[in-house]
Amino acid sequence: MTTTAHTDTAALALGDDALVLSHRLGEWMGHAPVLEEEVALANIALDLLGQARILLSMAGDEDDLAYLREERAFRNLQLVEQPNGDFAHTIARQLYFSTYQHLLYDRLATGGGPFAGLAAKAVKEVAYHRDHAEQWTLRLGDGTDLSHERMRRACEALWRFTGEMFQPLEGVGTDLTGLETPWLESVGAVLGRAGLETPEGPRTGAWRAGAGRQGLHTEPFGRMLAEMQHLHRSHPGASW
Amino acid sequence: MTNTDWPLWEVFVRSRRGLSHTHAGSLHAPDAEFALRNARDLYTRRGEGVSIWVVPSAAITASSPDEKDPFFDPSADKPYRHPTFYEIPEGVKHL
Amino acid sequence: MATAAAHRTARTPGYGGREATAGEQDAYQRAFDAAVAADERIEPRDWMPEAYRATLVRQIAQHAHSEIIGMQPEANWITRAPSLRRKAILMAKVQDEAGHGLYLYSAAETLGTGREELLDKLHTGRQKYSSIFNYPTLTWADVGAIGWLVDGAAITNQVPLCRCSYGPYARAMVRVCKEESFHQRQGYELLLALSRGTPEQHAMAQDAVDRWWWPSLMMFGPPDDESAHSAQSMAWKIKRHSNDELRQRFVDICVPQAQSLGLTLPDPDLKWNEERGHHDFGPIDWTEFKEVLKGNGPCNEQRITQRTRAHEAGAWVREAAAAHAAKHSGDSHENRESRETGAKQA
Repeated sequence: MTTTAHTDTAALALGDDALVLSHRLGEWMGHAPVLEEEVALANIALDLLGQARILLSMAGDEDDLAYLREERAFRNLQLVEQPNGDFAHTIARQLYFSTYQHLLYDRLATGGGPFAGLAAKAVKEVAYHRDHAEQWTLRLGDGTDLSHERMRRACEALWRFTGEMFQPLEGVGTDLTGLETPWLESVGAVLGRAGLETPEGPRTGAWRAGAGRQGLHTEPFGRMLAEMQHLHRSHPGASW
Repeated sequence: MTNTDWPLWEVFVRSRRGLSHTHAGSLHAPDAEFALRNARDLYTRRGEGVSIWVVPSAAITASSPDEKDPFFDPSADKPYRHPTFYEIPEGVKHL
Repeated sequence: MATAAAHRTARTPGYGGREATAGEQDAYQRAFDAAVAADERIEPRDWMPEAYRATLVRQIAQHAHSEIIGMQPEANWITRAPSLRRKAILMAKVQDEAGHGLYLYSAAETLGTGREELLDKLHTGRQKYSSIFNYPTLTWADVGAIGWLVDGAAITNQVPLCRCSYGPYARAMVRVCKEESFHQRQGYELLLALSRGTPEQHAMAQDAVDRWWWPSLMMFGPPDDESAHSAQSMAWKIKRHSNDELRQRFVDICVPQAQSLGLTLPDPDLKWNEERGHHDFGPIDWTEFKEVLKGNGPCNEQRITQRTRAHEAGAWVREAAAAHAAKHSGDSHENRESRETGAKQA
């Protein structure tokens, strides 16, 4: 592959992460646990959607890519496509992903590669997402017995999707495996302050074929895409 | 407050450097950290601020209507505090 | 908005805690009447007639509830928005509605009624929200029709409220109106794209306008001669124009806008009346209005069920945060430290 093709591969992967997580957060609207949180979750969703649009546009037409690809062509992490679950699941997903994204964009911003411009702007947004997830992790982990138990369960349930984040990714211009140690330290520290143990289970699935970066997704993702793409696909060639 | 009813906070926003913080409104939050964050999301999502203060509403002491006269009337009869009290001949500058 | 802290003593201005005498009450009433007559604002700690307070709480709460319930019909399309640009716009708009609800609940709290109490009244049907949100959003074009017609009607209602006699409400409305200016325009632009698009898209737009036009006209409330609260609210300068006046203004604004859209308004009686200098329009079906208001609209039950479910499902989260705050209330060092990393500080 050429350098450009490699960049496209990475742009798609990072763009799909942002697109899919933004969509999941958008599903919260009208359902959040408190009105202030409606506003907060929407802010994060909007930041991510903005990132997705820039990244997808690097690889092609943003709408063609978002609406006309089949499930197997999406390159997002399985983590971000996981259904919202209860609020604890959403927060655990946010904690895992935003910690990763913050480490990654911080590197990309200073790396001078094709993503430096986007990353420099996005890293500030992502720092806020990470802070939001951290604040909630502390409150749920160290709140009531019920919230502690729900947060613990959520952290465990999503743990198996976290290994995929550190797979090498062509064209991204930085060594993702190098992010793993700081990620484990950072997440471990937050969980520790929240009175939660770092889960111990495996961090990847046993399926050798791979995961989201290889276009292999979990079952709920197909239904998410069906909903997201239906209207656009019902009117081929129309503009909106 | 019930156990799910978060306390009320008053939000003050500095819209840009050089201006003082002004009262923007109020919101509910469980603690100061979240009050700040909620304030940022709610009152500055169109870039309206560069700095935020949050204060528990319960911590504010306000003058009450019956105190209004003694509080604010005395200053009204001291016009010599205001520059317009003084007559300066026309043409005198920088005063 | 005035500090909500002020409401704590607002009810009883009393001298040193004792009850005000009849003479003092009269003096208060005269001061209040004079302030309203002089177009001054009433502020939370001012004395105000109990009926004025009750009217404001009812109206502001209903307004806040409308913003919150109004998120639902539009959020219904966030996950299906047909382009990423439209998706971003729609999310930002629904987010604004949550924000506007929050501004308005704060304004209501300055009158001494907490948000929890108001939400409880909404959930149990003791307070209303705008009936318009009991209609379903069946197609994507409905998002456009809501922006153009429903937000348009709301803005027509709200702009005069920026001069409402109650300060915190007026100030909340200034903020709301400023932020809402994009809501109506995005709806109009959305419909324009559909109207000029494929025949299927055009038909979708026309169908949405056909369904939303009459309910939008009902948003201004019953005709003046049947409006229960109007006269007193006008006297108190909570309200500045009558229902029929605002409805007429809205119709006059919409007719040329519909022409530019290339869509028709579903009213065969709609025509310009040279003599009045306004458009005449056909009779409104007030039976439907009353039925929907009573709870028989297509979505009344669904809206309240979703709202109540979200509130109940979120209780454990709110409890957890409150419990955490109680545990750490003395923990000022940690608070200060983590604040540094958070929102921008002075």
